[in-house]
Amino acid sequence: MYPFSYHRPTSVRKAATMLEKAEDPKLLAGGHTLLPTMKQRLAAPSDLVDLSGVEGMDAIEVKGRTLHVGAMARHADVAASEVVQEAIPALAGLAGGIGDPHVRARGTIGGSVANNDPNADYPAACLGLGATIVTNKRKIPADDFFVGMFETALEDGEIITKVTFPIPRKAGYAKFPNPASRYALVGVFASKRGKEIRVAVTGAAPCVFRASDMEEALAARFAPKSLEGVSIADDDLNSDIHASAAYRAHLVGVMARRAVAAA
Amino acid sequence: MSDNGIGARVTRVEDKRFITGGGHYTDDLNRAGQTYAYFLRSPHAHANVKGIDASGALAMAGVHAVLTGDDLAADEIGPLPCGWMIHSKDGSPMVTPGHPVLAQGKVRYVGDPVAVVIADTLGLAKEAAEAVSVDYEELAPVIDLESAKTAALVHDEAAANTAFEWELGDKAATQAAFDSAHHVTTLELSNNRLVPNAIEPRAAVAEYDAGLDRYTLWTTSQNPHVARLVMSAFLNIAPEHKLRVIAPDVGGGFGSKIYVYPEETVCVWASRKVKRPIRWTADRTESFLTDAHARDHVTTAEMALDEKGKILGLRVKTLANVGGYMNLFASSVPTYLYATLLSGQYNIQNIYAEVDAIYTTTTPVDAYRGAGRPEATFVVERLMEVSAREMGIDPATLRKRNFIKSFPHQTPVIMAYDAGDFDAVINKALEIADYKGFGKRKRESAKKGKLRGIGFSNYIEACGIAPSQAVGSLGAGVGLWESAEVRVNPVGTVEILTGAHTHGQGHETTFAQLVVDRLGIPFENVSIVHGDTDKVQFGMGTYGSRSGPVGMSAISKALDKVIDKGKKIAAHLLEAAEADIEFADGNFTVSGTDKAIDWTSLALGAYVAHGFPPQEIEPGLKETSFYDPTNFTFPSGCHICEVEVDPDTGVTDIISWTAVDDFGVVINPMIVEGQVHGGIAQGVGQAMLECAHYDEDGQLLTGSYMDYTMPRADNLPSFKIGTTVTECPSNPIGMKGCGEAGAIGSPPALINAITDAIGSEDLAMPATSESVWQALQTSALKQAAE
Repeated sequence: MYPFSYHRPTSVRKAATMLEKAEDPKLLAGGHTLLPTMKQRLAAPSDLVDLSGVEGMDAIEVKGRTLHVGAMARHADVAASEVVQEAIPALAGLAGGIGDPHVRARGTIGGSVANNDPNADYPAACLGLGATIVTNKRKIPADDFFVGMFETALEDGEIITKVTFPIPRKAGYAKFPNPASRYALVGVFASKRGKEIRVAVTGAAPCVFRASDMEEALAARFAPKSLEGVSIADDDLNSDIHASAAYRAHLVGVMARRAVAAA
Repeated sequence: MSDNGIGARVTRVEDKRFITGGGHYTDDLNRAGQTYAYFLRSPHAHANVKGIDASGALAMAGVHAVLTGDDLAADEIGPLPCGWMIHSKDGSPMVTPGHPVLAQGKVRYVGDPVAVVIADTLGLAKEAAEAVSVDYEELAPVIDLESAKTAALVHDEAAANTAFEWELGDKAATQAAFDSAHHVTTLELSNNRLVPNAIEPRAAVAEYDAGLDRYTLWTTSQNPHVARLVMSAFLNIAPEHKLRVIAPDVGGGFGSKIYVYPEETVCVWASRKVKRPIRWTADRTESFLTDAHARDHVTTAEMALDEKGKILGLRVKTLANVGGYMNLFASSVPTYLYATLLSGQYNIQNIYAEVDAIYTTTTPVDAYRGAGRPEATFVVERLMEVSAREMGIDPATLRKRNFIKSFPHQTPVIMAYDAGDFDAVINKALEIADYKGFGKRKRESAKKGKLRGIGFSNYIEACGIAPSQAVGSLGAGVGLWESAEVRVNPVGTVEILTGAHTHGQGHETTFAQLVVDRLGIPFENVSIVHGDTDKVQFGMGTYGSRSGPVGMSAISKALDKVIDKGKKIAAHLLEAAEADIEFADGNFTVSGTDKAIDWTSLALGAYVAHGFPPQEIEPGLKETSFYDPTNFTFPSGCHICEVEVDPDTGVTDIISWTAVDDFGVVINPMIVEGQVHGGIAQGVGQAMLECAHYDEDGQLLTGSYMDYTMPRADNLPSFKIGTTVTECPSNPIGMKGCGEAGAIGSPPALINAITDAIGSEDLAMPATSESVWQALQTSALKQAAE
């Protein structure tokens, strides 16, 4: 690890100021991606701005028909939250299936979303539920937020404060874990809210995406049977030692049916 | 049987310190004035090293040295040896160009050490390493085993990248057997490359004492005496009496810590140069890149059978990837530890094996849990199962028809099996596994949309690797016996100094059980001393499932001598004839009388030495034994694996696993079961999870746990374990090695089960969910269902 300056502000505003002043700063949330990268000397930020001292940034509450999850809410908190379990059980289940107990005790929703790892679970939930990423500057719909591999719409100095999820009528998540890392080799989040059907796929491609053919197929009836015969093209999918694009495409179909069945 | 003698389920005395943070591992040690070593490693699979400029690093405050292969050459240190000579078919000795400790002009795998930086802190050493520039001239990598013979030369001396072309068995007779066969089964098999993954990474702390002119090395070794011998006799670091090697608590080895590696060698050598203690601990990436890898065979295997399924002959042609250098025991693994087991449990009269050892620009490959025998078992047991399927014979029946029934049995491939009862083993396994009920279970699975399959593996292996003359005749550079010293203290407590080394096996428990059983003294009065060349007489260490059959036999022999001397002393103290002295339950008694002396009094008597003539009996009570057995031991067993495959995803669930083993006399059933459990876990890892993948440039793609799949608890069922016993006639305890059997027997059972489930033999290890799914796409079974 290279030397860096460490800051622990008590408000988002102070954090934003620190980000502005520092040369090459990084926000520290759970640190489960950033710190190992720094330890391997693959990242060398000049300053770490730790958000764990900001009070209330981990709040979880329902306002009207919307679930608000603070950016610093740990995966374990979301998984165990009765509020989440009641509002969107599939989201609680997803959080409870991220990584292992150590990861869940430290990792945060804000950190996961900002990192936009192509194999992470939360991006599928955000896109699959039509969430809004709230920052200190603006509100970004999930459809616009996830731009590419490890890329988001976040600008320099922008801090995610919370993620809001409209509460769906039905939602389900099915994950096929990478046998080594247990990240999603393919994960599909499907939801139905009024007429809006969403099917979001993580792990399969460089960035989370919506499977529009599947969404259309589910419009008539939100049931696994509606997805039979609906496949996705493997042209743009990842292919690596863990799975070929063809296998990933096949798994998207299987996981989508299982996600809908679970919803 | 006493509560904690032979056969008792004594809980492991060492575990308390291990699980409460009380262990003493190499990295726990701190020495005054210590410095840190950091190794610069090749980022290329194959390159010439044109120059190394360390001036920037050497200018940094706190940097003590930057040393390279040239510095080693100047001090005439190295090269790292290979300790087992193999001759090719044409009689020529194997080609093993030197394995420099640090690269000399060329690097041959990603991770090959090029230089070492020694600095006050690890952080500083790493920073300084970034200031060292190495001028590489990249060469064509040699990665693919099957095309390596025509690729760029890894070593100029080794034409066609071939270290040897070896054969075993009678080629013509085997050809004749195939010519007369009713049926021939042919399989193309690969035995996937594995990374050992001991939980404790390799580590070294080295110190030179100028006053005593003596080095001390603490390191993660399975055999500290062998490490010392290699360092002194072959690497020229220091004479043996000037080098102390200590292997304290070691967190797992699986073979990977048998060898002397560049890092500890450099630490010892450099500690004198910088006049400071030097420490090094591998990080996990270094472990993946540089711990000796395992397996990596490509094999064409054929079995010839008559119309009744009687095996007439077996033939293999194997390419063995040895990596960039021929490691310490690498030459023995794909030869005498492999082809000698190709007879399996079966009476096969004609066997012929050809093995070519091939250099590639990958991490060196060497012995890893099972070492050659898993590769042999995979060949034999895949052939058996596929032959049975092709001939329409029940796989258990086909095996039984071919079992060796009488012992000793001389196979056509060197081994003389001394004992076994393969029918007893398989019959017990069939019963535990409820083989008869499989059809019903398969139908129940089908109702749930799952494909159920069952697979067998009947293994036999040769372990307790010995005796010295036998292994010497096969090319071993060392003897393979074991030593023990039994020190009885004046108060009657006993210290056992063993040349074996425990790094997870539980010797502190099992060895003490033997002593308790023999001497009748309390368990807590026995301690096991090992792993320090200053304390313990020369010993050969622990690998090849040898600590029990060889190491404990040495203890047993030394105990015999102690008891004999005790009887002599007791005869004087009890004023009786020596022939009348009996020893049982910790008491020396005069036969037919009530005259007795207990163990503690006898021990004190031996040291006080008032009661016997010193001209006749020396004072004290301490005996040594160097035990060389008469043969390998041959544990055998039967694994039956039952799986359910999800045809939608190719995911395999292991539903049940039965393993019945014949380990001869068992010292501690709990520890033996633990060995079997761990062995099966590693076998399951090989069969469906683990694989070292290199890309075409020779970069290790599976260099961390993000990409290398270790077996985990949720991959495994609760094992059903059984044992049968035929006593081993080749050692005084009657025991057979148990440490590797699980890893040897298990992989084919799983592959046989999955291929049974999916109706396709086209499935390589590791049988990942994708490869199972792919195989299903072309399987007749799948097509029939649609």
